[in-house]
Amino acid sequence: MVFDLKGIYKDYMQGKDPVPVLKDITLSVDEGEYVAIMGPSGSGKSTLMNIIGCLDKQTSGDFTFDGTDVMQCTDRQLSEIRNAKIGFVFQNFNLLPRQSALENVELPLLYAGVPKKQRRERAIEALKRVGLEDRMDFKPTQLSGGQKQRVAIARAIVNKPRLLLADEPTGALDTKSGDQVMELFKELNEEGATIVMITHEPDIAKCAKRIMYIRDGQIYTGAFNTRAAQAEKEAQAAETKQEGTEQA
Amino acid sequence: MFENVRLSLQGILSHKIRSFLTMLGIIIGIAAIIAIVSIIEGTKETIKKNLIGAGNNTVQIRLMQGDYAYEPGYMQGGENVRVIADSYKDRIKALDEVERCTLYRQREYVDNFYYKNKSLQGITLLGIDADYLETAGLDVAQGVAFSEKQHKEFTKVALIDENVARSTFDGEDPVGKIIDISGEPFTVVGVVTKRSGFEPTINSVEDYYTYNKTSGGQVLIPTEDWSICFQYDEPQHCIIQAKNTDSMTTAGKKAADILNENVRVNTASSETEDSAEAAAEFAMMKLEYKSESLLEQAKALQDLSQSTNKMLIWIASISLLVGGIGVMNIMLVSVTERTREIGLKKALGARKRTILSQFLTEASVLTSIGGLIGVLTGIGLASIIANLLETPVAISGKAVAISVAFSIVVGIVFGLLPSIKASNLNPIDALRYE
Repeated sequence: MVFDLKGIYKDYMQGKDPVPVLKDITLSVDEGEYVAIMGPSGSGKSTLMNIIGCLDKQTSGDFTFDGTDVMQCTDRQLSEIRNAKIGFVFQNFNLLPRQSALENVELPLLYAGVPKKQRRERAIEALKRVGLEDRMDFKPTQLSGGQKQRVAIARAIVNKPRLLLADEPTGALDTKSGDQVMELFKELNEEGATIVMITHEPDIAKCAKRIMYIRDGQIYTGAFNTRAAQAEKEAQAAETKQEGTEQA
Repeated sequence: MFENVRLSLQGILSHKIRSFLTMLGIIIGIAAIIAIVSIIEGTKETIKKNLIGAGNNTVQIRLMQGDYAYEPGYMQGGENVRVIADSYKDRIKALDEVERCTLYRQREYVDNFYYKNKSLQGITLLGIDADYLETAGLDVAQGVAFSEKQHKEFTKVALIDENVARSTFDGEDPVGKIIDISGEPFTVVGVVTKRSGFEPTINSVEDYYTYNKTSGGQVLIPTEDWSICFQYDEPQHCIIQAKNTDSMTTAGKKAADILNENVRVNTASSETEDSAEAAAEFAMMKLEYKSESLLEQAKALQDLSQSTNKMLIWIASISLLVGGIGVMNIMLVSVTERTREIGLKKALGARKRTILSQFLTEASVLTSIGGLIGVLTGIGLASIIANLLETPVAISGKAVAISVAFSIVVGIVFGLLPSIKASNLNPIDALRYE
């Protein structure tokens, strides 16, 4: 098991009143799984991601990450977990603009205290894995969106993390680049990586092996299928309509 | 650490104008301090050189009566002072700080001095021992110095300085000529000149009188001949050459102490008349060997210029403080600007300490570059001022090192608040910050 959430609640304080964001979330992810967490904005999926990513702590409930009780961890231990066990992929890439692709990929290794030579080797290896070995010395501004996201994925996998955590990884990309990124995720998953992806796009969520729907801070199993099906139907209807107009 | 410095430099270079403006306060502060210190040091060196002469290190220890040099011709009380025996000279020579020592007798404005019926005015007559020429820094330019035999056998020989050679002999070769001192015929055997290294720099009329009291010129005879001219041996003055400049004051004082053992203090009058007036009179009449401590005078002058310049350094420090606040301000802006970057780094596993040291390094790299530019600007400023005021400047390596170190400290102190702010950012808020 990679992580295990049991009865997680998360409240935010709005003035004096606590506002519940997550209510009784229970979810466990095993090694090699590919899970998509879907939900509309404001559903609490980002909060859930922050908790899974050890960036935030739950208000109550048990969260075990790779056998460690996260609630008991100090700030420093959380940094170490994030550094060694989690690879983050963000919607807007979050690459350091002044550093080359290679230096960006090296960053987690730098914080892990890996010696320079080894750092370089492993970063090059990760960049090769995402097919960007010829773009190593490029600055993020010289790369396309899809390339930037692949650099970010290289950075996420360079530490060989237990979990790849992606937050709307295709949100800022065009369809073609998005598909390439999804293809890469699929390959990484086939190679054994555990992936949890947060998205609101049904098409993207479909790439995952398991889909979880979250709404108003709660896991929403039953209704999800109908909604997803509905979305699919709508998409299909739009396609046929488009085809119709094209034929006409 | 090295990585941090490299990243900081990268950051500074990517915001050239902003970085420069941030550094400006530090640059101005450090430049002002370096310029002021260089000028102080330059002035100090000038004062020192003017007063004591470069490479000289000689100290005159003169027998003083009250505030004036004791002159048997004019003053009373000579019976209280004995001639200094050679054993005292040997004791002075044995002092650790003393390189050379000479005893000499002196009379200024000797009036019965003739050459071929021509009376000469304002001559200073010196009775010298074998060590005098070397200690006082005189070279024999023409002729020869006194031999040991001439000293021992009361030979009536004389050395004259260039002033006398010029005024009395007017182009003639003075060597071998006979001059008349107190009715005794002396043969001139040589002409002496001051060694150039012993020549103090003369910048003003006051300086001229300090170094050239003996404007009429000097005539030197063996000290043994003194009794031939003046009927009795007079107490001597003393010149020592210290081993180095810094030991001049100590050497002079120690030598004066030894010489003062020789002076019998006349206490009779102070016992009978117990009043302040009498005490003052007694002080006036008191005979004492005093080292002419030019070094102390130089120090007093240096202290004076230093204390005025210390005020300037304080003002410059205020500019440095303002510069530091400027750095803090810009660093705070930079932290806000880079919130996302900080959030990302934290998400990737950077610890608080890592972020803290990154920002501290950045602040101190910024200020130390500012400090270096400031040092260069300061050196430039100092040399411009030196050219305008025609005073020398001495760039002090110590001041440069302290300035650069201080600018790093300014960076750390004023970078601390922004760095703490950065390291305490919550990664979630930081990542979401737009």
